[in-house]
Amino acid sequence: MSEILNISHLTVTPKNELNRFLVKDATLKLSAGKTTCIVGESGSGKSLTALSIMGLLSKQLQSTGSVVFQGQDIAKLDNKALQKIRGAKIGMIFQEPMTSLNPVLTVGYQIGESLTAHLGLKGSGLKLRVESLLQQVGIPMERANSYPDELSGGQRQRVMIAMSIACEPALLIADEPTTALDMTVQAQILQLLDELKTRMNMAMLFITHDFGVVADIADDVIVMFRGEIVETGTKKQVLEKPQHPYTKALLACVPDYEGKKQLKPIDYAWLKDSKVAA
Amino acid sequence: MTNSNNSEVILQANHLVKTYSQNSGRFGFGQTQIKALDDVSITLKAGSTLAIVGESGSGKSTLARCLLQLQPLDSGEVLFQGKNLAQLDAKSLRAERKNLQMVFQDPFASLNPRMRVGEIVGEGLLIHDLGSADAQKNKVYQMLERVGLKANDALKYPHQFSGGQRQRIGIARALVLEPKVVVCDEPVSALDVSVQAQILLLLKELQREMNLSYLFISHDLRVVRHIAEEMVVMHKGKIVEQGNVVEIYNAPQQPYTKQLLSAIPGRKAA
Repeated sequence: MSEILNISHLTVTPKNELNRFLVKDATLKLSAGKTTCIVGESGSGKSLTALSIMGLLSKQLQSTGSVVFQGQDIAKLDNKALQKIRGAKIGMIFQEPMTSLNPVLTVGYQIGESLTAHLGLKGSGLKLRVESLLQQVGIPMERANSYPDELSGGQRQRVMIAMSIACEPALLIADEPTTALDMTVQAQILQLLDELKTRMNMAMLFITHDFGVVADIADDVIVMFRGEIVETGTKKQVLEKPQHPYTKALLACVPDYEGKKQLKPIDYAWLKDSKVAA
Repeated sequence: MTNSNNSEVILQANHLVKTYSQNSGRFGFGQTQIKALDDVSITLKAGSTLAIVGESGSGKSTLARCLLQLQPLDSGEVLFQGKNLAQLDAKSLRAERKNLQMVFQDPFASLNPRMRVGEIVGEGLLIHDLGSADAQKNKVYQMLERVGLKANDALKYPHQFSGGQRQRIGIARALVLEPKVVVCDEPVSALDVSVQAQILLLLKELQREMNLSYLFISHDLRVVRHIAEEMVVMHKGKIVEQGNVVEIYNAPQQPYTKQLLSAIPGRKAA
């Protein structure tokens, strides 16, 4: 299994508050053809971890640690060098398909942009490639001339996926890509991402707060709590035999399909004590 | 009062129809009629929870708004404790609203940022003129404490609270009037699972204590399974299936219900 990304000791802090850790000493590895889910509540640092891989952190934040992508430490690259990697070797899908597309450009144009920028495709070659991408994500190719507002939420997210895989990236980062969608649409999008990952042998980093989604799509799971990775393991290990008290507490909050489970909210005070003990 | 008297119907809707017209065509000169509610009938029993399930655009929020007379119906009737709400005059409808409250989806958008929490929660008491000023104040403090906040939170503004705490304020605001029916429109879908579990448990406890009847609108079928006894599945303004939650989950009859249930994430693995 070839290693695509290796993050070690990643720490994110505000520039003016260097002892406040938004992400603290995060270490993780991603391999080709595997989906790794980062799960956590809001504010746990899961999105910041993803953004720091791409060098997209806000200017008020700074990160330390190394991000080795295909053998190269990309944390040390300048913006110009990073631009060659973003969109080409690392693709990204965001949560809101409504706001992340430009409303005044056709979706075909927007999918084509990165192909022109990174691969220099033009004219009929570009058109063919855009149409084949649309087909791969299940949108009729005539839709290349449509504007984002003419598409449904699910279709827009499919367009976003087409854009992110356009240059056949080795790593795809998906930040809550299905949270804004209806459940039946969510199921379709998850299936599509899983198929693409297998077909293109991509490493996928999938950020979510939904354990149901984790159960559907993950190979490996990383649990984050207040900026720290508290548990890492295969899906089976983490979902069935969680080790960390926080993972156990979080799983106890998830309503089950059978409706038999007694929901138990997290007792943060207790968690703090037990963490000291552990 | 107990829940044992299951047959008592508190809210009944018969053959509700609501049509929106939408501009269509290239320049918007055309008119298309969209049926948001197409012959919808539901029955809510006292002390129980009825879930309305459906995807975006299925008409579930329109149903909630029409039931509470926040939007006029084209036809059909809503009976609350046997009274037809549409036939009441403005004054008696306002009096009746004390018994019909709503908890909204977005705890960030549904609280007035310029009002203190105490004013938000107490506003209903003021409008319905319930008790003396001191009694109203005490009521607000009690209610805040009951939903897990502190009495001195009454002096703070909504932005000083997290999403889960704001949803607690929204619940306190709805329940301070001791309503009979509470419509919860996706009350937990904007919240983290850990906070979601807290709010669901709180809603259940309050239902038992105050003998509330909930109309619970949700797109999350895992949450519905947990909180509701009866459910209605809506699709494109129509009810496609309704009945007991356990029965529907175990043996869905309609293809659309089956599709919805099979789309629950994590079900395959479970």
